[in-house]
Amino acid sequence: MERGTFLYEVWVARWSLLSGFGITLSASVLTIAIATLLGLILGIGLTYGWRPLRWLIRIYVDALRGIPVLVLILFAYYGLALFKINVPPFWAGVIALAAFSIAHIAETIRGGIESLPQGQTEAAKAIGLQFHQRLAYVIIPLATRRVLPPWMNTCAEIVKNTTLLSIIGVVEFLLSNQQAIARNYLVLQFYLFAAVVYLLINFTISQLGAKLERRYAHFRY
Amino acid sequence: MLNYNFNWSVIWRNWDAFLDALLLGLGMAVLSLLVGCIIGLLVAYARLAQNRVLQWAAWAYVELIRNTPLLLLVFMCYFGLPELGIRFLDKVESFVLTLSLYAGAYMAEVFRAGLSSIPRQYVEAAKAIGMRPWQRQRWVVLPVMFRITLPSLSNNLISLFKDTSLAAAIAVPELTFTARQVNANTFRVMEAWLTATALYLVTCYAIALALRAVERRYASIR
Repeated sequence: MERGTFLYEVWVARWSLLSGFGITLSASVLTIAIATLLGLILGIGLTYGWRPLRWLIRIYVDALRGIPVLVLILFAYYGLALFKINVPPFWAGVIALAAFSIAHIAETIRGGIESLPQGQTEAAKAIGLQFHQRLAYVIIPLATRRVLPPWMNTCAEIVKNTTLLSIIGVVEFLLSNQQAIARNYLVLQFYLFAAVVYLLINFTISQLGAKLERRYAHFRY
Repeated sequence: MLNYNFNWSVIWRNWDAFLDALLLGLGMAVLSLLVGCIIGLLVAYARLAQNRVLQWAAWAYVELIRNTPLLLLVFMCYFGLPELGIRFLDKVESFVLTLSLYAGAYMAEVFRAGLSSIPRQYVEAAKAIGMRPWQRQRWVVLPVMFRITLPSLSNNLISLFKDTSLAAAIAVPELTFTARQVNANTFRVMEAWLTATALYLVTCYAIALALRAVERRYASIR
């Protein structure tokens, strides 16, 4: 391989690119895990919660959906330091991304639960299931089928949003490509390379989501 | 822990910059939505066309754009196009171009769903009274489709407005960039970001309310 060709430069930058890819993956997985867990709790609170609690969650969800993610990330990055909370940029970014995604997932889950026919809950009550049993054995299993496809979309969104961490200096996959570009000026090649990698990840996720959607489409309750 | 002294005078001194930034963001969002609608309409028709090549090309465009991070597209357009000899775009134009292409892919999906949800009888009735193909599109299909897709259009405008924050990455002086500058110049971290956040929120809600009113006016007729 010749010096200055694209493949040579990728080979030179392989460790930095791989570590960037790893950071993108870990940021995505962490964000998805946190957002799914807390989003599920908030989503259930939004549907069944005590009224003032429901309002609080509603305000949180609506507020976060009206603010750009980038502003949240920058706010977390500059703001947390003010309160002597010493977080590395990676965690500031993950916290901000998760806070944003929680709102989306909570809303998806509320929609999924409310789309279930009332009859399911009534039947569960009629056979004497307690609230937590109704949730665990009836509502959540049924709602999962409704929620899974939009949840996959949110996951793809999260992977795309991790690129914003590059703005606060987290060397994730996009920034590792930009660093390579800064060394060798192969602008188009490296951006296209990054685009293809993101495309492969997200295309896989979205095809999986579409497949699940088709599989669950015939379920009627 | 919370001994932070607020000093809002910094914000008042920079208020004009904040407002200009907000207007720039709104302008970029509206322009991108308009261009995106044109692209989206063409792509939606291409996806529903008989021609296999057109269908495939439209599908590829939508999937390519929707599965690539917007920030990467912004950088590709801003740093990549000059490499291809396209050097006449400034920052704002380059960003609007990116956002329009991005919006086009999303609008294509919206319009495709809208076009395929139009009852076949409408078109048949139009045929029966002797309308030509383009007349059927112009007077029957498109007006009905726009009413059906209006809610998605307003949601898209709001997301596009939020997406204009990414223009800060290529130093377009919009709201996020301005907040960052005020933050860097004055160290009034909370004030700068709270102001930006509040302005984004208020604008998003104002757009939502205004468009709900429009939607009620043109409530879809079935």
